[in-house]
Amino acid sequence: MKYRWLILALIVVAIALPWCFYDWTHHRQAGFLISMLSQMGMMVILALSYNMLLGQAGLFSLCHATFFGMGGYATIHFLNGAGDGTLPVPMELMPLLAGLSGLGVAILFGSMATKQRATAFAMITLGIGELMATSALMFHHFFGGEGGVTTNRMIDNSLFGLSYASGLQVYYLILAWTVIAAALMYFLTLTPLGRMANATRDNFERAQFIGYDPRMVRFMQFALSGFFAGIGGGLYAITYEIVTYDALASSLSANALLMAYIGGTTVFGGPILGAILITLLQSGVSLLSNSWLVYVGVMFISMVIFAPTGLAGIIKTHGPIRQAGRLRLLVVPYLRLTIPSLGVLLGFVGLVELMSFLTIGAAQGKKLVLFGGPVDVHAALPWAISGICLLVGGVWLRFEAAGFHRVWESLSAEVRR
Amino acid sequence: MQIVLIEVLNGLVYGMLLFMLASGLTLIFSMMGVLNFAHASIYMLGAYLAFTISQFLGFFPALIIAPILCGALGAAIEIWGLRRVHHNGHTAELLFTFGLVFIIQRLVQMTWGMLPMAYRVPPSLDFPLFELYGANFPAYRGFMLLVSAGMLLGTWLLLKKTRIGLIIQAALTHPSMASALGHNVPFVFTTVFAGGCLLAGLAGVIGGNYQTTEPGMADAMGPIVFVVVVFGGLGSLAGCFIASIIIGMIQTFAVVIDYSIADLLRPLGVVLTGDTLLTELLTVPVARIGALLPLVMMVAILLFRPRGLMGTRDA
Repeated sequence: MKYRWLILALIVVAIALPWCFYDWTHHRQAGFLISMLSQMGMMVILALSYNMLLGQAGLFSLCHATFFGMGGYATIHFLNGAGDGTLPVPMELMPLLAGLSGLGVAILFGSMATKQRATAFAMITLGIGELMATSALMFHHFFGGEGGVTTNRMIDNSLFGLSYASGLQVYYLILAWTVIAAALMYFLTLTPLGRMANATRDNFERAQFIGYDPRMVRFMQFALSGFFAGIGGGLYAITYEIVTYDALASSLSANALLMAYIGGTTVFGGPILGAILITLLQSGVSLLSNSWLVYVGVMFISMVIFAPTGLAGIIKTHGPIRQAGRLRLLVVPYLRLTIPSLGVLLGFVGLVELMSFLTIGAAQGKKLVLFGGPVDVHAALPWAISGICLLVGGVWLRFEAAGFHRVWESLSAEVRR
Repeated sequence: MQIVLIEVLNGLVYGMLLFMLASGLTLIFSMMGVLNFAHASIYMLGAYLAFTISQFLGFFPALIIAPILCGALGAAIEIWGLRRVHHNGHTAELLFTFGLVFIIQRLVQMTWGMLPMAYRVPPSLDFPLFELYGANFPAYRGFMLLVSAGMLLGTWLLLKKTRIGLIIQAALTHPSMASALGHNVPFVFTTVFAGGCLLAGLAGVIGGNYQTTEPGMADAMGPIVFVVVVFGGLGSLAGCFIASIIIGMIQTFAVVIDYSIADLLRPLGVVLTGDTLLTELLTVPVARIGALLPLVMMVAILLFRPRGLMGTRDA
C-alpha cells in the first residue's frame, strides 16, 4: 500500500471537516457542508462501483443507477418495516440489506446483459435502465409513482445507541460505510476475480484460451458492482428519507460514468477524485449557473479526446519524473500553459453564460450580474470580449501546448534513460 | 373495425418515422462499429432547425436545408471527433458520442429555451386526406408516409444499384481490401456518418411537428430507437425495418387497448382481489404501460434470441 498515508489523511480530513466549520457561537453544525459531504460519500461509492465495470472489466454500462435506486427503494421499505417493528435490524446494518437488494437485481439483469460485451452490452443496459426508470413511474406499490416512497429513519434500533436524528450522525454512518465499501472494492481488485476482469477487458479471447469463461467473469463483476451500488442507494435513502424516480433515472447512471471517467478509470482512486470533484461542481457551480452540465459535458469530451486516462491518470504519468527529481523543471512550462488556458476558459464560460441568459435566464427573469454591475446580454461588447478571449487564448494555447509537449518529451526521454 | 384500420395507418406512420432514425443508426453501426448515442439528439436538432428555417423560408425549403445542415454537422463530428478517438477503441467512441448527447441537449436548451416550440404542420398540408368510418386521416401523415417511403426507396437504390453503394458495401465488409483498391475508406466512413445524420435530421423535420418540438424529445426517442436496432438485430437493415414497423404498431395499438392481464384471466375463473404488487402488475391496463412494452420486448428477445430478429451475429 503505497498510498497508506494519503488514505489515512483523507479519512482524517473527512472526519474533522464538519468540526472545522462548526458554528461555535450558536452551537450549530454547518448543514450545507454536511449534506454536501454526505452526498460525496454516496457518490464515491457509486463511482467506485461503476469503475468495477468500466475501468476494471471494460464494460460500458448505462444502468448503474438501477442498482443504486433499487437499493434505495428497498431500504425505504426495510426502514418502514423496522419502524413497525416487523424487521429487527439495526440502522448500521441497513446499507448491507440495501447492498443485498442491489445484488439481487444485478444478478437478475446481469444474467441477461453479460451474455454480450462492448457495444451490445451498452445497448442492453440502456434498455434495462429505461425499463426500470419507466416502471418506477408506473407502479405505485413498490415505487410510489411520481411522488416516490418516504420513511422515517429514527427506527430506535442501533448497535451504538444512536438516534440518527442529526445529519452529523448520518454523515458518520455514510463515512464508515464508504470506507468499508471502498476497502472491499480495493481488495476485490487483488483477488483472482479482479485480475481476470482485467484480463477479459484486455483480451477476452486469450482469457478464454487459458480456460476461464469471460461471461462468468463479467457476470460476477457485474453482480458485485450492483451490490456496492446498492449500498450507496441505501445510504441515499437513509439520508434523504425519500426515494423517487430520480434515484434510478438515466441521468444518475450518466453521472456515475462522468465521475468515474473524469476522475480516471485506470487508477483505483480515480473515481474517488472524480466523485468529489463533480459533487463540488454540482453543489457549487449549479447554484451560480444554469448551464453547469455544458461544462461537465465539454470537460468529459475533452477528456475522451485528449486524456483518456482521466485526472488520476494524468497525475500518475508524473510519477517517474517526480522520482527522478525533475518535477520542478515542469513548473515554468505549466505556468506558461495556465495563462492562455484561463483565457480560453474565460471566453468559453462567457459565451455560454451570455447565451443561456439570453434564453433560459430571460424566461426565469434573471439578469446577468458580473463584477458588481449588471451586464446587458443584448449588447455587442460582452460577446466580442468573450469571443476574442476564446480565439486569442485558443491560438496561444496551441502554441504553448506545442512547447510544453517538447519539454515533456525530452524530460520523459531523459527519465527513461 | 374502423379503429383497427386507422390505428394500422397511424402505426405505419410512426413505424416509418422510427425506421428513418434506426436505419441511419444501423448503417453507421454496421459500417464503423460505432453506436451513435447522439443520433436522437441529431433528430431533435433537425426538428429545431426546421422550425427556425420554416419561420423564414417556409416548410418545404426547411425540409431540404435542415437535413443537409444535420448531415454537415455529422461530417464535422466524424472528422474532428470520432477519428481522433478511433485509435482508443470502440468504448472511447461510444463515450465520445455519449458526451455529445449532453452538449447538444444543453446547446439546444440554451439556443431555443426550455419551452416547446410552436412548430406546426404547414397550412398546405393541414387538411383531412380521407375519411374512414367517420375518423379523419390527416394529409400530413400521408405526406410523412410518402417522404419516408421515398427515403427507403432512395437509400435502397443508392446502396444496391449505384457504384457508390457498391463501394460502401465493400468498405463495410472488407475495409482493408477496399482501401488497397484505391478507395478512400475514411472518406466513405465520413459519408456514411453524415448520411446517417442526414436521415436523422430528415426524421426530425417531419417528426418535429408530428410530435412536439421540445428539449425532451431526444430523451424520449433515443431509447426506443435503440430498442428497434437491438430488436431487429444489430447491423441488419431488413431486421431494422421489420422491428420499426412492429414497435410502431405496438406503441400505437397499446394506447387504445384498455384491457389488462387480469381481464384475460377472468374467463378462466381467476378473480384477483387484494392490493399487492402482483395484483397491481396483473390489473394495470395495457394503455397505461404502453411506454414499457418496447423495453419488455427488448429484454424478451435478448433472452430467447440474443442476435435479434434478423441479426447474423451476436454483437
